[in-house]
Amino acid sequence: MKKTPLYDKHCELGGKIIDFHDWALPVQYSGIIDEHKQVRNAAGLFDVSHMGEITVEGPDATEFIQKMITNDISKTRDFRIVYSPMCYPDGGVVDDILIYKYSSEFYLLIVNASNTDKDYDWLSQNLEGRVKVNNVSDYYAQLALQGPESEKILQKLVDIPLGDIRFFNFMPEVEICGQKAIISRTGYTGEDGFEIYIKNEFVHKLWDSLFQAGKDYGLVPAGLGARDTLRLEVALPLYGHEISRDITPLEAGLDRFVKLDKENFIGKDALSEQKSMGIKRKIVGFEMVDRGIPRTQYDVLANGEKIGYVTSGSFSPSLEINIGMALIDPAFSEPGLEVDIAIRNRATKARIVELPFYSKKYAKG
Amino acid sequence: MKVLEELKYSKEHEWVKIDGNKAYIGITDHAQHSLGDIVFVEIPEVGTELNKGDVLGVVESVKAASDVYTPVSGKIIEVNEDLTDSPENINEDPYGSWIAVIEISDMSETEELMDANDYERFCQEEE
Repeated sequence: MKKTPLYDKHCELGGKIIDFHDWALPVQYSGIIDEHKQVRNAAGLFDVSHMGEITVEGPDATEFIQKMITNDISKTRDFRIVYSPMCYPDGGVVDDILIYKYSSEFYLLIVNASNTDKDYDWLSQNLEGRVKVNNVSDYYAQLALQGPESEKILQKLVDIPLGDIRFFNFMPEVEICGQKAIISRTGYTGEDGFEIYIKNEFVHKLWDSLFQAGKDYGLVPAGLGARDTLRLEVALPLYGHEISRDITPLEAGLDRFVKLDKENFIGKDALSEQKSMGIKRKIVGFEMVDRGIPRTQYDVLANGEKIGYVTSGSFSPSLEINIGMALIDPAFSEPGLEVDIAIRNRATKARIVELPFYSKKYAKG
Repeated sequence: MKVLEELKYSKEHEWVKIDGNKAYIGITDHAQHSLGDIVFVEIPEVGTELNKGDVLGVVESVKAASDVYTPVSGKIIEVNEDLTDSPENINEDPYGSWIAVIEISDMSETEELMDANDYERFCQEEE
């Protein structure tokens, strides 16, 4: 298994280490529910150094990225971040990524850890024009500071006013702990917060300094378990679950990130056709009516017939109910409708609800 | 990890308290610790006949569902209904939170269970 630079730190803190797509990462420290609530109410720090970073540079960088993604970055200002699926010609998803725009000739792509090599290969195979692509994942560590107290904590360590970095914006080369880091107002929890990218060798000091700064604000280390329940409550998709090689962004309800009026991009024909024909499967949210916790891959039934399957499911620590997302026949997707989840071969009642389950608390300026 | 001298243990991390021909069955401190926050317990029905190794119930943490197996054969004569509303009791007091009581049909099966010392050693070897 690969280790992030903070592996020893996680062990010292009593983190329970698991194999996450071949990365040795903590699933929890004190407990998933505690960590989850602390992020919603105060702040939590996640080591997300496993995430991949790929740079795209050159005079034709913008055109090239436009071809590769479904969203549109043609009007994006410098130092803004755009979320987008990246698709195959058939509309299946290669990955969902963040695009950090430095200039029209330089971008940083943040990709899912388990997809980094695949993404790099996919980008390389489709290279066109004067563009260079580099996988710089091995040089950068990444921390996600999430929760309502995040700004106060981080502000103690930087001179620039953090209020200047608005939601989905970033600042490169911010001085922190005597080093330069990229700071963005982003995250995967539905809370206000920041993601900080720094060279591997400096991340220990940053981790310790953040806890020093955060000790009066209730900052706790948080693991992958809480990361998953937090993102599920605000219905953020997870690659391999709500989107995948076999699930298109339209089926996942990510229509606003698919710009079918854009000139040309990989997957456009397939997605345009799917849009005009209508989707045959749709990601929905549901909450359990009967007792039971839905889990990935459980069947969803209506009148005893299979209409789809659960893509993610869990106990929700904030709402204290059992919730899930599922890919089902759109005929049954109306909020309020009741369906069954097959839990250990027993039809267990659930109700379709609007997404997200829990409202996001982003600091949008 | 805590073990209690007076209990017997299985390789699947259940504990058994034998009282005459009755067996109180729960999961060990080691098991609750490795599962994490327990948020759901599926309790069996009174009257169910089980063979040793059958699924007695299901304990679910935030992350995953985990079967609990009966280490002895027999009939379920009592279940701990409290766990339905307070599954976290298993985290807080694993040896006080029995899941079910079984009327043991074959007392010889209890001899195959580990004592506290053997179980501690078993857990160490497993790691």
